[in-house]
Amino acid sequence: MNDKVFEPKIIAFCCHFCAYASADLAGSMRLQYPSGVRIIRTPCTGRLEVEFYMRAFENGADGVLVAGCLEGGCHFIDGNLFAKKRVNSTRNILEESGIEKERLRMVNISAAMATNLVTVINDMVNTIKELGPNPIRKSIDGSGGEYKEFETLNSQK
Amino acid sequence: MIVAKRKKIPEIFDAVKDHKNVLVLGCGTCVTVCLAGGEREVSIISSALRIASRKAGKKIKVNEFIIERQCDNVFIESAAEEIKKNDAVLSLGCGAGVQAIAERYPNTPVYAGLDTSFLGILESRGVWTEKCMQCGTCVLSDFGGICPITRCAKHMLNGPCGGSREDRCEIRADQPCAWQLIYKRLKDIGQLDKISKEYPAKNWSTSINGGSRTIIREDHRI
Repeated sequence: MNDKVFEPKIIAFCCHFCAYASADLAGSMRLQYPSGVRIIRTPCTGRLEVEFYMRAFENGADGVLVAGCLEGGCHFIDGNLFAKKRVNSTRNILEESGIEKERLRMVNISAAMATNLVTVINDMVNTIKELGPNPIRKSIDGSGGEYKEFETLNSQK
Repeated sequence: MIVAKRKKIPEIFDAVKDHKNVLVLGCGTCVTVCLAGGEREVSIISSALRIASRKAGKKIKVNEFIIERQCDNVFIESAAEEIKKNDAVLSLGCGAGVQAIAERYPNTPVYAGLDTSFLGILESRGVWTEKCMQCGTCVLSDFGGICPITRCAKHMLNGPCGGSREDRCEIRADQPCAWQLIYKRLKDIGQLDKISKEYPAKNWSTSINGGSRTIIREDHRI
């Protein structure tokens, strides 16, 4: 690792109706969370496929956070329950491939839970800081693990 | 349909780790339906292999391709170009698919990415059950359409064994007793007399026990 401070690159898939709205609220409330967390809005966490998580790690993400509605509160009734099963199954595939399963996590956040969202993001960042950079990042960009833009990583493939 | 399941990634990686270019070849028929070797699984397993190879400090290039049916030469043809570009093929087809590819490309190593499990049906979402063990002499007409050979743990033609509890098999309590099902079914269709018929010992030579089987239809040969 370089002497630079490791700032985890985390992809946060947030569902449009709950978690994304709570991220919006966090912004309105001026709540701070680490800038290495990049939020991707999805119509529902049930839309997220196993491939999405795998591709994120393959391209060097240090962690993936899946944030859906509270159980029972999904706009599409049970999309977040499907997502939960898929996340759990992906964690096993990741572990088999050599990536710690703690790097992928699903949380349930309602549209009003902005402070909770910031808490889980900070939790996730701390977990990833303990684990260190994505173990395959070194071989992707030849660096010691410092962050590079994803576009750069992809062009080096 | 043929039902299969994915092998563990370390086992797959171990097989392909010495190659530089690996083609992960999916099959669009049975294994797509049983969610083991279709387009989506090709993508997931390829991704897992890329991660595993980078973790191991190797630079394996993993390519993806899917054909409609791996057990048929007509369809294998469509993968010819892709297979030529790679050093090895990781087939996500059933055992028949893997062998068909290997026979067609004698100079290309072909590895199996799935464990072919059985001939069965989709029972409910995410649940597949075995229904036929291809014994070669079908007895379903005599047993109300429920196979005692496949679904009875003891393969009994003259059942029940007497060990079932309620309607559960004594070997595996999560399975229903096939003979209970047969009794109920024959009763429902008014053919209960069939259950008192005695069957001679089964001739297993038509099964896999007699070696791998071949069917030749002279009327269709050219």
